[in-house]
Amino acid sequence: MLRLILSRLVSLAITLLAVSLAIFLILEVLPGDPAAIMLGTSAREDTLAALRQELGLDQPALLRYLQWIGGLLQGDLGTSITYKMPVSTLVAERMNVTLPLSFLAILISTALALPLGVAAAARRDGPVDRAVLVFSQLGVAVPNFWIGLLFILFFSTWLGWFPAGGFPGWGNGLWPAFQALLLPAVALALPQAAVLTRVTRSATLEVIGADFVRTARAKGVDKGSTLRRHVVPNALIPVTTILGLQLSFFFGGAILVENVFNLPGLGRLAYQALNQRDLVVIKDIVLIFSGLVIVVNFIVDIGYAILDPRLRSRA
Amino acid sequence: MTKRLLTAALLLAVSVIPAHAAKTSLVVGMPIEPPGLDPTVAAPVAIREVTWVNLYEGLVRIDKAGKVQPLLAKSWEIAPDGLTYTFRLQEGVKFHDGSTFDSADVKFAFDRARDPKSTNAQKQIFAPISSIETPDPATVVIRLKETSGNFLYYLGWGDAVIVAPETAANNAANPVGTGPFKFKSWTRGDRVELTRNADYWQKDKTKLDTVTFRFISDAQAQVAALRAGDVDAFPNLGASELFAEFQKDARFKAVAGNTEGETVAGLNSAKKPFDDVRVRRALMHAVDRKTLIEGAYSGFGQPIGSFFSPNNPAFVDTTNVVPYDVEKAKALLKEAGYGDGLSITIKSPQMAYASRSAELLSAMLSEAGVELKIIPTEFPAKWIEEVFKAKDYDMTIVSHTEPLDIDIFARDSYYFNYKNEKFKALVAEAAKTTDEKARFAKYAEAQKILAEDVPALFLFQLPKLGVWNAKVQGLWENSPIPSNDVTEVSWTE
Repeated sequence: MLRLILSRLVSLAITLLAVSLAIFLILEVLPGDPAAIMLGTSAREDTLAALRQELGLDQPALLRYLQWIGGLLQGDLGTSITYKMPVSTLVAERMNVTLPLSFLAILISTALALPLGVAAAARRDGPVDRAVLVFSQLGVAVPNFWIGLLFILFFSTWLGWFPAGGFPGWGNGLWPAFQALLLPAVALALPQAAVLTRVTRSATLEVIGADFVRTARAKGVDKGSTLRRHVVPNALIPVTTILGLQLSFFFGGAILVENVFNLPGLGRLAYQALNQRDLVVIKDIVLIFSGLVIVVNFIVDIGYAILDPRLRSRA
Repeated sequence: MTKRLLTAALLLAVSVIPAHAAKTSLVVGMPIEPPGLDPTVAAPVAIREVTWVNLYEGLVRIDKAGKVQPLLAKSWEIAPDGLTYTFRLQEGVKFHDGSTFDSADVKFAFDRARDPKSTNAQKQIFAPISSIETPDPATVVIRLKETSGNFLYYLGWGDAVIVAPETAANNAANPVGTGPFKFKSWTRGDRVELTRNADYWQKDKTKLDTVTFRFISDAQAQVAALRAGDVDAFPNLGASELFAEFQKDARFKAVAGNTEGETVAGLNSAKKPFDDVRVRRALMHAVDRKTLIEGAYSGFGQPIGSFFSPNNPAFVDTTNVVPYDVEKAKALLKEAGYGDGLSITIKSPQMAYASRSAELLSAMLSEAGVELKIIPTEFPAKWIEEVFKAKDYDMTIVSHTEPLDIDIFARDSYYFNYKNEKFKALVAEAAKTTDEKARFAKYAEAQKILAEDVPALFLFQLPKLGVWNAKVQGLWENSPIPSNDVTEVSWTE
């Protein structure tokens, strides 16, 4: 088990380094001069030069890359070109929105999908199964930002139960912050829940048909216990794979949902930074997103080993 | 028992609140978040829309009608030669950090702005200055190298607000000015909060206690925020197609005014076939501005025939100089040797008004036998590189939002590649003319030259679609300067 974790950690570090180089190179060839964007079309050439120097944009590319990586290793993410403040502070503020939003969405998605999928599989072609199939078809077809718009129309504008967007900050109490995150989290969760429900249903169906399940039933174990003790644990393995893949969609999907609900999250910061060519912020955020996906995959890998004893002994 | 206590407490709480007190807080929605809160070091309009005259004040200010009014300078004298300006300053003015405002601050602010290392986006404001003297704390004498007809007007801009030496370096994150509101907090990505400045030098000028600027980029989200009551006012709503609904709704006041943004389809005048004025005029003749505005901005926005804002007192209507006339367009094209048709491209940024206009232009020009291909581009980053710097384009479309910027057609390196020595001399002369009437006459002539020469297709003034709660008073209908002046805003009961 320890060897498995170590070897995965090494490949994690190498992947991150390769990603950092790729990000840097892509941003080098991306057209756009942050100084010209900051100063507008009336700025004089000497003013532009002064700002470029202030931002360190006049230095060679290799030096800038090394400075970036060197800073990262010391925990320094650099200073935002547009906001003129440490990126670490900016990112930390935004993480306070995006992470709770994503985790709330994951929670809602799994809480919906697992019971629905299992229930649907337990009575194939029954009324629950049919309802679940309709729900999952709809959920896969409808994009999350559109669900978000409908939610705002219904719950905020019409019923007035929730704010129409924005985020009051955690400083103003847990409830208002939770209230601001709930609708976007559901909007983010529904399409993913639909996918996960389908996967859970088919994985459960597959296990239900397996020989050992029939054996358990033949031995006299009742239907409920078979489902709980034999079917669900085995069905969880493919479900975990999909869930791991979905986690990156939660972070990515957050960009759209954050825009619709006007939430000051990491996704919107990335979008804004790209518009303004705030290269420092873009580099850091893309690296953080990549890092999150890589780390999540690492955790999923370890998760397999826990769920499936065969993987443990093999490693 | 507890229940009764609660009821009593509740009754007490209710009775303390005066029965008919008007609201003293205001939430203003804006589409774009400012990248910082210092208008003297960066260009974005959003910085001015939060800070100008709310947080920071200049020697003078621009009023609703676009006219210069005294602010930190209570009066001034201009020497007969037009080269010496003597400003008498307001006394008893304090910055938000408690320090006193005097002539040394004015000298510091202007010297900082014209320093070679300064990143002030409008350095040309300060270019005529030769020296700044401070004979006493309440007097500033500014000497100019040459006369400047617009010098006072420019001093009313956000780029020329007065900042203090102790705090200027931190103004982007923690702004300190002399205005009626103080900076309270900035939740980046969401809102900036201001509170009333209790020590403000014009006592009782403002009625609001708190002002919150909220940043909502999505047009649908803006509408939702207004309808849900999360935002009291959107001085410039993004969803023009939903504006008419607000006009019908009694809960809201919806006013269509003008911004300083002239929407123009720039032509690369150095490139064939646009070096031929007949071709440029033919293209202009082929455009039906009214239909274009209908399609691009739901019918809001004033047609323009030249490059001057209708908000400006020197504006003249030139829309009839090259009017919509498809037959004339065809004849001119034939005369210029393009009777068999012409194929050109337009680099169109992603903004809704621009991409919609480009599509309509393409349809209109095809009537005159011109094929216009649309090449999408990203604004600002890619557009600045390709169109503005490299001048690699035939036609493009963008709104120029700075006030009084007709001189961009007189700049040699500007992206239009337009060269007209007569126009250049006229604009330079107008800028130097201190007599208002004479200056306006020169600007009128300059507007006519552009209308005839068509270095860009002059389309429409970008409207300011203001929507606010019907009980809110004192917001501006037009924006003769990029701003959201809330200093005189109040709620009716």
